[in-house]
Amino acid sequence: MSMNTQGRPTGVGTAGTSASGSALLPDEPLLFEIGDNEHSGVDLPDVDLATDRLGGFARKSKLDLAGLTEPEAMRHYVRLSRLNHSIDSGMYPLGSCTMKHNPRLNEKMARLPGFADIHPLQPVSTVQGALELMNQLSHWLMTLTNTAAVALSPKAGAHGELLGMMAIKAAQEAKGEAHRKIVLVPESAHGTNPATAAFLGYSVKPIPARDDGTVDVQAVKNALSSDVAAIMLTNPNTCGLFEPQVIEIAQAVHDAGAFFYCDGANFNAIMGVVRPGDLGIDAMHINLHKTFSTPHGGGGPGAGPVVLSEALAPFAPVPFVRKGKDGLEMVEHIEGEALGRVTAFHGQMGMYVRALTYMLSHGADGLAQAAEDAVLNANYVKAKLEHLFSVPFPDYPTMHEALFDDSFLKGTDISTLDFAKALIDEGFHPMTMYFPLVVHGAMLIEPTESESKQTLDHFCEVMAELANDAKAGNKERFTGAPMKAPRRRLDETRAARQPILKWERPADLPKAAE
Amino acid sequence: MRYLPHSDHERAEMLGVIGASDIDALFSAVPKSALKNFELDLPDHSPEFLVEAHMRALANQNHAAGDGPFFVGAGAYRHHVPATVDHLIQRSEWLTAYTPYQPEISQGTLQMLFEFQTQVAKITGMDVANASLYDGSTGTAEAVLMARRLTRRNKVVLSGGLHPHYRDVVRAYLKDDPHLECLSPSPEGQGDILDHIDADTAAIVIQTPDFYGHLRNVEAAAKAAHDQGALLIVVITEVVSLGLLEAPGALGADIVVAEGQSIGNALNFGGPYLGLMATKKEFIRQMPGRLCGETVDADGNRGFVLTLSTREQHIRREKATSNICTNSGLCALAFSIHMGLLGEAGFVRLARLNHFNAIRLANALDGVPGVTVLNKTFFNEMTIRVTQPATALVERLAQRGILAGVPASRLLPGDPEVENLIILAATELTTEGDIAALCAALTEELA
Ligand SMILES: Cc1ncc(COP(=O)(O)O)c(C=O)c1O
Repeated sequence: MSMNTQGRPTGVGTAGTSASGSALLPDEPLLFEIGDNEHSGVDLPDVDLATDRLGGFARKSKLDLAGLTEPEAMRHYVRLSRLNHSIDSGMYPLGSCTMKHNPRLNEKMARLPGFADIHPLQPVSTVQGALELMNQLSHWLMTLTNTAAVALSPKAGAHGELLGMMAIKAAQEAKGEAHRKIVLVPESAHGTNPATAAFLGYSVKPIPARDDGTVDVQAVKNALSSDVAAIMLTNPNTCGLFEPQVIEIAQAVHDAGAFFYCDGANFNAIMGVVRPGDLGIDAMHINLHKTFSTPHGGGGPGAGPVVLSEALAPFAPVPFVRKGKDGLEMVEHIEGEALGRVTAFHGQMGMYVRALTYMLSHGADGLAQAAEDAVLNANYVKAKLEHLFSVPFPDYPTMHEALFDDSFLKGTDISTLDFAKALIDEGFHPMTMYFPLVVHGAMLIEPTESESKQTLDHFCEVMAELANDAKAGNKERFTGAPMKAPRRRLDETRAARQPILKWERPADLPKAAE
Repeated sequence: MRYLPHSDHERAEMLGVIGASDIDALFSAVPKSALKNFELDLPDHSPEFLVEAHMRALANQNHAAGDGPFFVGAGAYRHHVPATVDHLIQRSEWLTAYTPYQPEISQGTLQMLFEFQTQVAKITGMDVANASLYDGSTGTAEAVLMARRLTRRNKVVLSGGLHPHYRDVVRAYLKDDPHLECLSPSPEGQGDILDHIDADTAAIVIQTPDFYGHLRNVEAAAKAAHDQGALLIVVITEVVSLGLLEAPGALGADIVVAEGQSIGNALNFGGPYLGLMATKKEFIRQMPGRLCGETVDADGNRGFVLTLSTREQHIRREKATSNICTNSGLCALAFSIHMGLLGEAGFVRLARLNHFNAIRLANALDGVPGVTVLNKTFFNEMTIRVTQPATALVERLAQRGILAGVPASRLLPGDPEVENLIILAATELTTEGDIAALCAALTEELA
């Protein structure tokens, strides 16, 4: 590998093809290729440790970390950031992910020292405002869902699923029904649902979808038995449809002695318009990082509070906030049936602050309007594209997502993946692909309420143009896509076959300090 | 409403294109009884300045760590986060991106994750690290489950030095599992975990520095575990300690789980935090969470992708290694930037400074009548025994503006053995003035 004077490799990644590096999007070497073990961007005194209290456990092995000074670090991370698509730079219609606008007031509030610089274990008398915030957030969540209790602590949606299903397991055991070992999960469910049920030792019984994309109450009844602990049902479901028989399903599930876990990932379609508690749910997680705009951050963090029915409320985990004689108290220990604790400390406070800020900004009226606009936008996209794309479930108006399958691509030799990659060259993030699994070559488009009519019109024009081009046989535009992104298609097979999961110092790259 | 782009005029126009009479027509699948049949006991929308005033009023009721002398630790630590870190993580391209499922337009996040995994592998001395879990406590539970899959054995033993919340999370994840043994709390650093390992043991879990601040012998634990074919899981709640202490990987650990909050992330009242997990190469296929790997694109240029996803829920569903989906991406970014700014030189200096201040604290506390420091060894945290119940004492000190640490009984209620114990941490932010104020107040209160 050739080197420049700073020990910077000039081989890999700077081959000079059209996709690799351009005037405003230069390729960026790895931190370990530009930094070394002498440079640092933090000034700290070097103290004299004449004696230590390490009992002989001091480090002998090498750390070999790379450091950058502040200007170098700034440039490294700014350059890297520019290789990302983001909501702020363009539409991000990832179905099931609710990529909506992330207001910066939320960020500002989360950074107030009274929220960001408080410790989870400092005396409760010194954090009464934090407990009050948790109380207010709980009130909003319970009111919007018409439920009896909420457990705030789960760290994301899947963690909320785990908590909710643990509560159901504990409730079944308390009823003396620990033998119930089956959980019903519709085939259209998100992967976290069956993974969660299996995690808790349940066997998963799939419920097939009807031809119209919804769950048949009769199919549920047929699957129910005295061995079934719960159903995990997403509503609105992952096809973007509201389950029309959800109330009957809840009834049947309860009649059979089972509980109704609702995956609330799609709550954005109905907040302020429909209260899940009115539908008969027993537990539902709410992804604050979807519905209530806390940023996705390139993969997290999230927050997945779980609302609970009267029947499950006694099984809520610690911690929770309650009124005591000297103000608010944090209940951190509980004896008996409750399921204990699913995380250290009190959950995702930073996300609570952002979510409550968002709720207060919208108010009840604004949240309902947001849900309606999200549904309006998805239906608008569907209406504008259904003549060119194939709609697998045309019977119902869609909710907040428009779902297409790949039958419109039949005979073109172009796949859903190719089509989505071509969208990248037009400046859009692809939609969710190949999910839900019940639809062949699924394309799940969730515009959210944050997109203007103008943006939607532009998106639909591009989609239509691509569909026409695909049908016209211009295959290379799709199979070769993307061509204008920072990278062309990446070899995922190679990544999995010979995993390279960290940077290793090449034999010819000496350490600067040696 | 400032966040919603449509005018009423546009809404009407769009309904026209859809062919719907009104918005309710789009909700026709909703049972009539459930559609907008309620009044919500919630306020209507509000201008930015009023929302801000509301939130500030709540924040102002809290005593921030920076408001006075502060010694609270026990699993979350107050360190300085460089301004650059917080500025960078608020850039739109980092903050408002999703999980990097489309690698061609997510190389920023992916390369960062590759760098992050490398940093975590290096500081822990392990072969590979994943792209983060929720936090240290859930990471510990995941590690326990991973060890069971790897060994096909059931018994798991948790050290009495493990953070009680971590123990409780493992307990909840393994609800009523008879194969889980939780050893009694060991505030003096005592412990007999090595006597609990047998041929059915999947793993033992030790923490170092432990909950009470003592440093534990990882090498001896690894040897004892390996002699019986069991795995050693090492938990670290103060990741800065790795700047000064030997890497668990160099001592024989099989899985290392750490809370990464100390680097780059604020206290945030307990979350969001950052779960770090690292292991040996041969164990990666049982590892939970995302992994980022290097590859090439169609032009042969280096690039990064999420890989080995056949372990994950979106591919394997009920056969996945974990149900985790969303992780702690932005906290990992903050960690990685802060670690990149520190570099080796800065990380070591930071660790030394923490230890230096902790020694100062221990020496000062030793001189306070009525206080006994229990630790022979520590990194930046220690446990003291006082002559009064700790909870009330800590409360009185808080009234004086001093956040003096965590009464052990807050996490171990009802255990008379720990009633008079306080766990205190010092970091680079602890000043001599803070220590003097604490000791003066303790002297008065204990007199
Ligand atoms: C339908 C559905 N359920 C559950 C989840 C899991 O949520 P999280 O990623 O917050 O764990 C998702 C997230 O993508 C989802 O779309």
